[in-house]
Amino acid sequence: MSLHDIDRRNGDSVTTAARGPDPPAVTTLRRKDLLGIADLSAPEITLVLDTAEAMKEVATRPIKKVPALRGKTVVNLFFEPSTRTRTSFEIAEKRLSADTLNIAIGTSSVVKGETLADTALNLEAMAPDMIVLRHSSSGAGHLLSRICRSGIINAGDGTHEHPTQALLDAFTIRERKGRLSGLKVAIIGDLLHSRVLRSNIQLLTKMGADVWVSGPPTLIPAGMRDFGVTATANVDEAVADADVIMLLRIQLERMEGAYFPSQREYFNVFGMTTNRLRLARPDVIIMHPGPMNRGVEIASEVADGPYSVILDQVANGVAVRMAVLYLLAGGVDHEEAA
Amino acid sequence: MKKLLKGGRVVDPRNGIDGTFDILIDGERIARVGRDLPADGATVVEIPPGLVVCPGLIDMHVHLREPGQEHKETVATGTAAAVAGGFTAVACMPNTAPVNDNANVTTLILSKAAEAGLARVYPIGAVSKGSKGELLADIAELRQAGCVAISDDGHPVATALLMRRALEYAGMFDLPLIEHCEDPTLKGDGVAHEGFHASVLGLRGIPGAAEALGVERGVLLAELTGSTLHIAHMSARTSIRAVRKGKEAGVRVTCEVAPHHFTLTDEALGAPIAYDTNTKMNPPLREAADRDAMIAGIADGTVDAIATDHAPHHYDEKQVEFDRAPFGIVGLETAVSLTFDRLVHTGLVRLPRVVELLSCNPAQILKLPGGTLSAGAQADITILAPDLKVRVDARSFRSRSRNTPFDGWNLRGGVAATIVGGRTVFTNAEAGLTNV
Repeated sequence: MSLHDIDRRNGDSVTTAARGPDPPAVTTLRRKDLLGIADLSAPEITLVLDTAEAMKEVATRPIKKVPALRGKTVVNLFFEPSTRTRTSFEIAEKRLSADTLNIAIGTSSVVKGETLADTALNLEAMAPDMIVLRHSSSGAGHLLSRICRSGIINAGDGTHEHPTQALLDAFTIRERKGRLSGLKVAIIGDLLHSRVLRSNIQLLTKMGADVWVSGPPTLIPAGMRDFGVTATANVDEAVADADVIMLLRIQLERMEGAYFPSQREYFNVFGMTTNRLRLARPDVIIMHPGPMNRGVEIASEVADGPYSVILDQVANGVAVRMAVLYLLAGGVDHEEAA
Repeated sequence: MKKLLKGGRVVDPRNGIDGTFDILIDGERIARVGRDLPADGATVVEIPPGLVVCPGLIDMHVHLREPGQEHKETVATGTAAAVAGGFTAVACMPNTAPVNDNANVTTLILSKAAEAGLARVYPIGAVSKGSKGELLADIAELRQAGCVAISDDGHPVATALLMRRALEYAGMFDLPLIEHCEDPTLKGDGVAHEGFHASVLGLRGIPGAAEALGVERGVLLAELTGSTLHIAHMSARTSIRAVRKGKEAGVRVTCEVAPHHFTLTDEALGAPIAYDTNTKMNPPLREAADRDAMIAGIADGTVDAIATDHAPHHYDEKQVEFDRAPFGIVGLETAVSLTFDRLVHTGLVRLPRVVELLSCNPAQILKLPGGTLSAGAQADITILAPDLKVRVDARSFRSRSRNTPFDGWNLRGGVAATIVGGRTVFTNAEAGLTNV
């Protein structure tokens, strides 16, 4: 995938397709939806990451826009508050010249009135090309996908998946390490309630990384071993010789569910401190999907320190989402042309 | 009006009968069972070889939704589904709106059942007023009006103390208490079995221990009070263990398993349709070891009954996010086919044992008149077609609701005809019976 292709989409001057020097095993995502990393093969993941590299270049131009999705309508349907993800999608859509529409619906108003199925059918009647969905229920995207012809991109569903987050994490790791395969990645925090965890496990294990997960036993999901990862409550063990450390947000209300006694104790037992960081490889990178609780899952010195790539993650989020939108919306054109 | 069922394999475990016999029905009752009975003026119904004649099946755990939720099911549609599924009688749970905690509701259900004139309906009354778990319902009044058991089904009896009192009080009538076993704090807001599949899908888990804790509590209280306890819809292997232990200790405890719990596992949550709300029920579909323990319990006699927990819901209610969907699936019209396909044709359970599970034992537990083909018994008879090829088609269900995970399944075994009180209330043209 080259930038040449991306510029050509919906343009009219170029007649021959240019190829990068090392073409990936697949060239399109032959699907209408991205509901989870579970649906993607390793070559498809590589395709998204390679495409995102080309997309990243767009952000360096004086005019940060390509015509790839000109004339396509993308609805950002957010049933949960989100700043980072929604903004990132919106910028990605605009840089691809899509017509975007933001709909933010408090989940509470849905309880009173319309069902998700009805909301979807009403949107569908207006024929958007894609719906980017954020919802508090796991599997909400699957429900929408069964009802809608529009492509569905899951921007986070309950505690299930957040595929574009895992893709941007992978992109960031690959950017720093040059590969995913063979790396030791430690993911630490509230594993039970994390959709970021589930998407990252799916992606990293498919790409051949050695994934370790750690947190209080109360916050480790059942059946973790069957995910193909090593689960431990001993954070030091997970961190030892890690190439990548990914911290997950600890929601403070979890104390009320008796998952752990206090923020202080959490930080003392599981928090990522500069001392603990010494156990990892010297070139370790520190990641966090945000928003961070400084002094709970991560010490400020670590978050702001030289190993942190947290802001790179945010920047890469736009490029990765551009790639996903392009490959899903563009893929339709591919098939029609074939 | 006499009718002679001629030939066919008659399976009547209570009388130790399993062979080719004729059954003479006189009016509402069975007159004689024997070989080569003379027609003697009766209408002769030739039973084709391969069909099985057995005492009418009894589903001791259904939700008929009337009064109050007639958009899901009514007594009429529910009993139509029952007879199409081979059941001549059903026992219906009290979680209607209003709750069946007084004689008026019981009487209403019975009058609706009489009006429908299909399967017999035996109401189950509430343990507590409004099933709220605070005050005992008027249990003597409920019994007087026709209730055959008490239960706060949908929830466990709220406290150990209330359950003790209910067991003691109902014990004076020898009325069984049917318990929905669940520790509510362990269940929490869970929606699926706690295990690998729920973890992958990000669904909040319900551990098997939540159910087994309730079973252990129930067994201990049945032992303490000496009363009769029946445990509804068992799903966890640890529950089976608890019941087995209780039975060995001489506690008066019986239990049931639903067809979906001996057929499916939590793998169905993710495939073939991910987040299919027709795989959401309480107790949830559990892992393979639990499903296998249900089958083992059925085979070794720990399990007393197969009951469907028939729980109709309108499609609007099920076409929502998984965690918002109500628990439950319909079961009356698939139970016999699943039982044959999964238990009998696999060689795990023999046919006479199936008749015990689906007819004799429910009758015995609830002290109902059915479950036998003895001369003089009411002529409630089910004719089974063990080798009938059945394709489950939810659209053709008699039930008002279609919430089944088995739609489109091809199963071996079905129902040929259902006779209630000597009257044929259902015949299946595909099974080769015509003039029943």
